[in-house]
Amino acid sequence: MQNRHCERSEAIQARSGLPRLLRSLAVTTVLLGVPASAQEEGAPPVEVEVVGGQNSQLTVAVPAMPGQAIGRGIAEVIASDLRATGAITPIGPGGIGTYGQAQAASPAYGEWRGAGAGALVSGYVEPRADGRVTLACYLHDVTAGRMLANQGFTVAQSDWRRAAHKCADLVYSRLTGQGAFLDTRIVYVAESGPKTNRTKRIAIMDSDGSNHRYLTAGRATVTMPRFSPRGDRLVYTGTLARKPRVFVLDIASGRERLLVPGGQITFAPRFSPDGRRIIFSWANNGNTDIYVVDADGGTPRRLTSAPGADTSPSYSPDGSRIVFESDRGGTQQLYVMNADGSGQRRISFGGGRYASPVWSPRGDLIAFTRIAGSFNIGVMSPSGGGARILTNGWQDEGPSWAPNGQFVMFNRIARGGGSTLYAVPINGGTARRMPTPQDGSDPSWSPLQS
Amino acid sequence: MRKTFLLGAAAIALVVSGCARRTPPPEVTGPVETAPIGPGGEVVAPGDVELTELPAQQADLVAKAGSDTVYFGTDEHILDTAAQATLAAQARWLLENPNVRASIEGHADERGTREYNMALGERRANSAKNFLVSQGVPADRLLVTSWGKERPVAIGSNEEAWAQNRRAVTVLVR
Repeated sequence: MQNRHCERSEAIQARSGLPRLLRSLAVTTVLLGVPASAQEEGAPPVEVEVVGGQNSQLTVAVPAMPGQAIGRGIAEVIASDLRATGAITPIGPGGIGTYGQAQAASPAYGEWRGAGAGALVSGYVEPRADGRVTLACYLHDVTAGRMLANQGFTVAQSDWRRAAHKCADLVYSRLTGQGAFLDTRIVYVAESGPKTNRTKRIAIMDSDGSNHRYLTAGRATVTMPRFSPRGDRLVYTGTLARKPRVFVLDIASGRERLLVPGGQITFAPRFSPDGRRIIFSWANNGNTDIYVVDADGGTPRRLTSAPGADTSPSYSPDGSRIVFESDRGGTQQLYVMNADGSGQRRISFGGGRYASPVWSPRGDLIAFTRIAGSFNIGVMSPSGGGARILTNGWQDEGPSWAPNGQFVMFNRIARGGGSTLYAVPINGGTARRMPTPQDGSDPSWSPLQS
Repeated sequence: MRKTFLLGAAAIALVVSGCARRTPPPEVTGPVETAPIGPGGEVVAPGDVELTELPAQQADLVAKAGSDTVYFGTDEHILDTAAQATLAAQARWLLENPNVRASIEGHADERGTREYNMALGERRANSAKNFLVSQGVPADRLLVTSWGKERPVAIGSNEEAWAQNRRAVTVLVR
């Protein structure tokens, strides 16, 4: 995507007082990006520290954008995205006014203050000679009466939703200081039919549930799809000759291949952060161990050899370590090792059983499933400390991180009921259901799309 | 055979070229394993060919051995006496019917995480397979696999259903 403007993102040193807009935020630090046109010459950077109440939310007006039919659709996507963050209360596009294209960059702030908004998202869509469109996206501090950020996103007309997600990401990251995560996709297993004759298909969709399509036909059992680091391939566990087998699938072409030929039981694969290797589990003679192999194929190299079930491996984002689960000590627990298999040590000691660990893209936390009566999603530091449980379902399992390390998606199974996807913020907040056309399991969150 | 041919061709190429530009010998790969050809004409590794179930013989196995399924306790893969008796009867059937193979298939109940249940299913199937081998069934007639928790036979989030799903099934295949 091309950016028509790049706003400057220097931090600005605080002088006196805090803008009222920012006092309402629940996050600790906000960096303001101020476009060149709005910043006074020679003004030093400001870093603002805000401590807010736990439930305070920022109200952001998202009126329909002018000029094109998709202007309303874009505003609806942005408003829905902002609501999904759990940190922002959008107003509109329904029930509030709109504006002309000339006011996108210079809105009537007084009118929006009257509407009860602390911030405003405005913009317009401009067609280009080559058939693409550019979405000009503006974020305004209504309280202070100034523009905070602007950026242009150029896409094929049919990709207009992605421009809206990029605009929502700009708004979210400017207001909260967190990384972007809305312009992403989810891959998961769509499930239908009775549990004794379940149809399972790999499906992919945008993070808001749009553009949903199936990637496999449903004849074979499929589980645990995971994205490659560039989001262009999947690894997953399929079935061949009645055995679980790891496949590598190219999303755009649909072409796939067996990762390890020769009738071996292989499952629970993940890519390395550089996309060049795949780690996976291999079960043989009653023992399951973790192996690594070049993503293009080759001879797998064994990383673990303890008696027991070693599975669910996940790389740290710098590729130097792997977290996995093992029942070598009697019950499922979390272990960390170096990427070459050395230095294996247990990190979970919380009194339950611990499974399906996944390292955050930020490197600071490991998400997991804790089994202690119920199954629930939690996070802990890579050394095992600071464990906290984030969900309260009967069987919540299989976490996957958003690329900004602030949300975890998981599979919620209802007792005697269906299987659905939920996302929960790691800093407290309600788990929110992800919309899927049927039941779903094994979600995987893509990296941020470029 | 193919390897010899390629070496021969390389040798001839070297002799003929003399002082002219040296043509690098063609890459010599290892001997090609005998393997089936897949539907797309591709060479398929052994063990990667789809299997066919044998319903008539499966029914005969169940009738004569009593059951094609043995059951396990929670998180367990050991065979209790009932399971051993069932497997012993299956072994007798397999020895009397030497022209079929069996896929020994392990399953787990829903009260486990997905990856672990894959491993647990393989552990259970491996236990059953080892017992059949101890009863004289040749190991090369037995395949081992796991369905994890993906193929329950009993619906219900209760102990009765879970107990029915913790199992290893002897599936006759060609």
